[in-house]
Amino acid sequence: MTGASFGAISVGSGLPWWMPVLMSLVIFAGGSQFMAVGIVAAGGSPAAAVVAGLVLNARHLPFGLAIGDVLGRSPLARIVGSHLLIDESTAFAMSQKDPARARAAYWACGVSLFFCWNIGVLVGALAGQAIGDPATFGLDAAFPAAMLALTLPALKDAATRNAALTGAAIALATTPFLPAGVPVLLALAGLLVFKKKEAPCPSPQS
Amino acid sequence: MPVTAVLILAAGTFAIRLAGPLLRDRVTLPEKVNDLMTASATVLLLALVAVSALTNGKQFGGWALAAGVVVGGLAAWRKLPFVAVIVLAAATTAGLRFFGVA
Repeated sequence: MTGASFGAISVGSGLPWWMPVLMSLVIFAGGSQFMAVGIVAAGGSPAAAVVAGLVLNARHLPFGLAIGDVLGRSPLARIVGSHLLIDESTAFAMSQKDPARARAAYWACGVSLFFCWNIGVLVGALAGQAIGDPATFGLDAAFPAAMLALTLPALKDAATRNAALTGAAIALATTPFLPAGVPVLLALAGLLVFKKKEAPCPSPQS
Repeated sequence: MPVTAVLILAAGTFAIRLAGPLLRDRVTLPEKVNDLMTASATVLLLALVAVSALTNGKQFGGWALAAGVVVGGLAAWRKLPFVAVIVLAAATTAGLRFFGVA
């Protein structure tokens, strides 16, 4: 359903129906797709959209480092498997202790989500064409609401929440003066207040 | 959204994803870097939420828009399904506009 929403909202923001479909096939990372469409819809430059999307997807690097051997070692498995590297498939693979089962879980989750996501986006994009003026239907509110729903679980962490609220304040304060898209990137300065509390780590020696 | 931008974002994303499995024997990231990468995703998303909920790209975007996003956020916080979040947000904003709230 997230996919269908992405398709419908993208088309509602003025993109042709095939654009969200293409994005979902070749990018296959929901957060960065919402991000890129949102920045461009707000009048931001495509360059800002690309940079923001890439920063957003940088978190896939540690995922790959953590579970990279689950994909299989052949070049083809690595290439196809890498495209399926998303939050969900990583979480599924990490939840399995046995390497063979981790591998099965990774591929099963990745492949099925790839199909569900892309079919959802296609359906949403086609349905979105039936919607008239986006402002009348409140589609401009649907978009930030969708992203807020995606962000909410991560905001439970206090360090992340402080950094994100600081970043949002920076983005809001600079929006009147800077070209669209740039304030969102400036929000990354909020990471300066990002301080993870040391987890109490019971060591066997103590 | 030009196709070139989509393809660049796709290629960059794929490179990030492929780098993990290829480099895992040689590279270990400090935990701090790991945490920062994860947090930066949330920081960017919430910033875009704030800007697109409260502004039209330059100035205040109007009460109808802001109220719709707040209602959607409350729905998400109450763990309503994703579709309900979106429909409630859009319906709130559309309804307020219908009654003349900017």
